[in-house]
Amino acid sequence: MKKNRSFENIVHGIFLVLGLITVGSVLLITVYLIISGIPAIREIGLFDFLFGKEWASTAAEPKYGILPFILTSVYGTAGAILIGVPIGFFTAVYLSKVANKKVRAVIEAAVNLLAGIPSVVYGLVGMLVLVPAIREIFNVPDGASLLAAIIVLAIMILPNIIKVSITALDAVPKEYEDASLALGATATETFFKVSVPAAKSGIAAAVVLGVGRAIGEAMAVMMVAGNVANMPSLFESVRFLTTAVASEMAYSSPGSLQRNALFSIALVLFLFIMLINATLNFFLKRNKEK
Amino acid sequence: MKKNISLLVLTIMLACALVGCGASGNSVATDGSTSMNKVIGALGEAFENETGITVTYNATGSGAGIQAVLEGRCDIGLSSRDLKDEEKSKGLEGTVLAYDGIAIIVNPNNPVSDLNVETIAKIYTGEIMNWKEVGGNDAEIVLIGREAGSGTRDGFESITDTEDKCKYRQELTSTGDVITTVASNPAAIGYASLASVKDTVKALSVGGVAVSEATIKDGSYVVQRPFVLVTKKGVALSESAQSFFDYITSEAANEIISVAGVVPAN
Repeated sequence: MKKNRSFENIVHGIFLVLGLITVGSVLLITVYLIISGIPAIREIGLFDFLFGKEWASTAAEPKYGILPFILTSVYGTAGAILIGVPIGFFTAVYLSKVANKKVRAVIEAAVNLLAGIPSVVYGLVGMLVLVPAIREIFNVPDGASLLAAIIVLAIMILPNIIKVSITALDAVPKEYEDASLALGATATETFFKVSVPAAKSGIAAAVVLGVGRAIGEAMAVMMVAGNVANMPSLFESVRFLTTAVASEMAYSSPGSLQRNALFSIALVLFLFIMLINATLNFFLKRNKEK
Repeated sequence: MKKNISLLVLTIMLACALVGCGASGNSVATDGSTSMNKVIGALGEAFENETGITVTYNATGSGAGIQAVLEGRCDIGLSSRDLKDEEKSKGLEGTVLAYDGIAIIVNPNNPVSDLNVETIAKIYTGEIMNWKEVGGNDAEIVLIGREAGSGTRDGFESITDTEDKCKYRQELTSTGDVITTVASNPAAIGYASLASVKDTVKALSVGGVAVSEATIKDGSYVVQRPFVLVTKKGVALSESAQSFFDYITSEAANEIISVAGVVPAN
């Protein structure tokens, strides 16, 4: 009996250590980012850093303003949500409530496949197909633009939105729908007036998850957005917070203001993600309480 | 007993590490041009494999590298430009290791096949904005470049004298991306190291001279710059630094230099 208990304790200990690895990693990254991100902000000045409109880190007189990056990330993510959410939402409603089993299996398999495609592949296809297409269709000199990034991001967040929304819609008790149908509502009325409202916090969580994915994506965006630090405009070449860090990190020398400023950008991005996570937790918690 | 042995080993290791840290002959310190990162890295690695002597490289920029040699803070300075006369008069000596040739590339469907350096500079600074001004189709010129800090960008901008003035439409993070983008946009112009240029794009001749290893080496193709090893005149290098110097300027190193994307000088 005693032997048994000590074995239990050991197993508990191992699990605790494994669990702490995750916590440790998060703490390490947070502390590291804050420590390496603060010096440049202090040197440049918080206001000049966040609201400066010009970024020229290697110029003779370097300028470190990241407003173009912040706005591009916000606009890009908003655009992706604007396109991705309606498509994802209606797909989820269709798959969960309307589609027969065979159709659902096929489409779900495709969605899962879409989720598994590496972002560099999205970027490559975007670069070779989407960018020239935008150039031809809109008759602009070059297709690498905010629009291209928005379209790529919208497609990338589809699987997240669809999968989480389906889970939420599937969890709506059958009795609710049966009651609605019994009262004489049509199927469509039932879906949108009963099922969707019942699953709304799950769907909201799906949207927030999509926002998180879109704002954190670097590789695919870097290949289609052009990466020039312009203020955002739909057909102009733009640079996101993520790509600003990724594109200059390799060449900046350690300890230089340029590298420190890149860490500061990463810190700003990190705060955005934290905010999104907090929102997500808020929705999930509300979901549970109900 | 076991403990004692491990202690002994630890002491020996520590002693070795301390000796290694000293300036004595077991490593070669290089300092300078960030653009020479790739070629010096490749040469240093090959040299270390052959002799066991480590080569350190400090990417500080040409000016800082030259200064470091002058102050004796490194063995060999690396400069991606020729030494100025005032630097030579301070007793420095430059040996050209290789030439970095930068090809100016356009889409194969672009009728333009020759530009001179002034025109290229005007195109990149936004003074000339349409291909018809230089004899091409009526289309807005799309400027493709590399990200800030890239050696190729630094080389291109310093040769054409357009530092911080280029109005890029796209700043891409690899030579491959530049070539792919130029290959897919008929109005694009870009630059890339000669070694990586492929058939999917057309390399322009500059001032009537086509780009090739031969024209880069004899200096007639002007969008190029030397990679210079800077040493003090009359001051002997340390034994290991001298053997590194001899190794990288020998013919045996040429292949490594070519693989790194530049044209060997010797």
